[in-house]
Amino acid sequence: MKKTRAAAIVFLMLMGCACLLAGYLAPASYAEQFREIPNASCSRQHWLGTDDLGRDRLSRVLYGTRVSLLLAPAAALLTTLLAGVIGGAAGFLGGWLEEAVKAAIDLVLSMPWLFLLITVRALLPLNVPPLTSVTITFALLGCLGWAGAARVVDADAKALAHSEMALLARASGSGGMRLLWRHILPNLKPVLQAQFWVSIPVFILAEANLSLLGLGVAEPLPSWGSLLRELENYSALTAQPVQWIPLALLVLTVGSFQLALNREEDWA
Amino acid sequence: MRGMAGHALRIVLVVVLGGFAGAALARYAPGWGVDDEDLNSSLSAASHAALHASDANGSNPAAFYVDYWGRLLRGDLGTSVALHEPVSQLLKERVPETCKSVGAGLALAWTMGLGLALLSLLPVARFAAWGAWLLASLVLCLPAAVLALLCVYAHASGRLAIGLIVFPRVYQFTRNLLARSAALPHVLTARAKGAGECRILLRHVLPVAAPQILALGGVSVCMALAACVPVEALCDLPGIGQLAWRAALSRDLTLLVNLTMIMTVVTLAANSGMDLLGGLIGEGRG
Repeated sequence: MKKTRAAAIVFLMLMGCACLLAGYLAPASYAEQFREIPNASCSRQHWLGTDDLGRDRLSRVLYGTRVSLLLAPAAALLTTLLAGVIGGAAGFLGGWLEEAVKAAIDLVLSMPWLFLLITVRALLPLNVPPLTSVTITFALLGCLGWAGAARVVDADAKALAHSEMALLARASGSGGMRLLWRHILPNLKPVLQAQFWVSIPVFILAEANLSLLGLGVAEPLPSWGSLLRELENYSALTAQPVQWIPLALLVLTVGSFQLALNREEDWA
Repeated sequence: MRGMAGHALRIVLVVVLGGFAGAALARYAPGWGVDDEDLNSSLSAASHAALHASDANGSNPAAFYVDYWGRLLRGDLGTSVALHEPVSQLLKERVPETCKSVGAGLALAWTMGLGLALLSLLPVARFAAWGAWLLASLVLCLPAAVLALLCVYAHASGRLAIGLIVFPRVYQFTRNLLARSAALPHVLTARAKGAGECRILLRHVLPVAAPQILALGGVSVCMALAACVPVEALCDLPGIGQLAWRAALSRDLTLLVNLTMIMTVVTLAANSGMDLLGGLIGEGRG
């Protein structure tokens, strides 16, 4: 299974390169319309054809990959930072702060994730420019995803703060910020890294769901979620099967993340 | 008894705090107090003034929330701004549909998930286990909304989509849990004494894993409710999920705050109920 894992990592690296080089690889801008050829099938000029507004589908897939694959990690970083700060402080300091943080975590986790997401998304303006909508969507994902990760970080920070290593550091004169900065945080790094990587596929899927429901990234900016809206037109879908490509890329990417993150025991 | 009181207190606290957070968010959301009727030039200045005066009643979130609870205790959940119907009436019409969808989805997810997890423990069913792992992994990679669309194209019920969305989580968790329980020393002893696979599973593995499996039961209700939003919206099922989606698109904040609180209560009640049941089973075994 190491080969499958390696293949998944290579695929993710290829996708990373494609999203970074989208500006060079795309034959046209994601918003440029070829009005004389809407819904065109695959050709030498348009490898994946054009959509119903005459935009080059390959360009939109490449730019959409860039939006989803750059902003999902950004949202995951925000979530990890929030979880690290909130969970780390609660676990390290303990007392009433930890109780308050645990209550807040319970409050956030007690609401169905997608439901919470659309509720908070609806509280923010929906009729906004594309860049604002993409920022709102991913910032929201980052801000609402911290609770589960914070619970793990809190438990880990608490265990570390009461460990023999911390006791020894305290006995050696380290306390407060020095203990946190030099001893607790470096030991929390593996947990935070794991939370970061686990959050990325979750956010890619959440963005896809939000965009399919009309609450995500606004036109004309493409993302994998907004590209999936083409799937809602069944007649066009049967005429042009290339419309499945964004879904195939999304499934392969999320699957690759799963394969790359899975431990050996999960294969059993 | 003390445990039940603790759970009930927790639910009340979370609902009161969550409701206040929701009301405050709704109050400070961009667009609060802006009425479509402002654009109606046929209304007189006095009518516009009256409309603004009624909006000003909700300007203080604390006062708005106290007023909201006062009305809630009288059974008045307010009126939907987008659908122009009392929220209680909308809920009465749509709750049964969501209950049916969630019930059928959960039944399917648990039958498939637990059944395949049990099957994967048997050494003779290695291929079935591999197939189940593949199916669960594939479904986990698909957005819930896409699964709902696929069900529409396959002329299948949206309830199947809810079941498929919840299934991989149930399968993966129960499979790992049962595998861990099956590796415990007392199970090895039973196997060494010649007990059959079915007897080991029913008498030695399942009872150990039961409290955690029940806890997953509570969490799966939360997952199924979340899945209702895309499934009911795209499969055109007139339930709470579709209502939430419509409320979100039309920024019907009154309806959204009510739905958030209801979802929170149902989720907490399901989790607490399963926790208590799991505790009782644990005590019974102890």
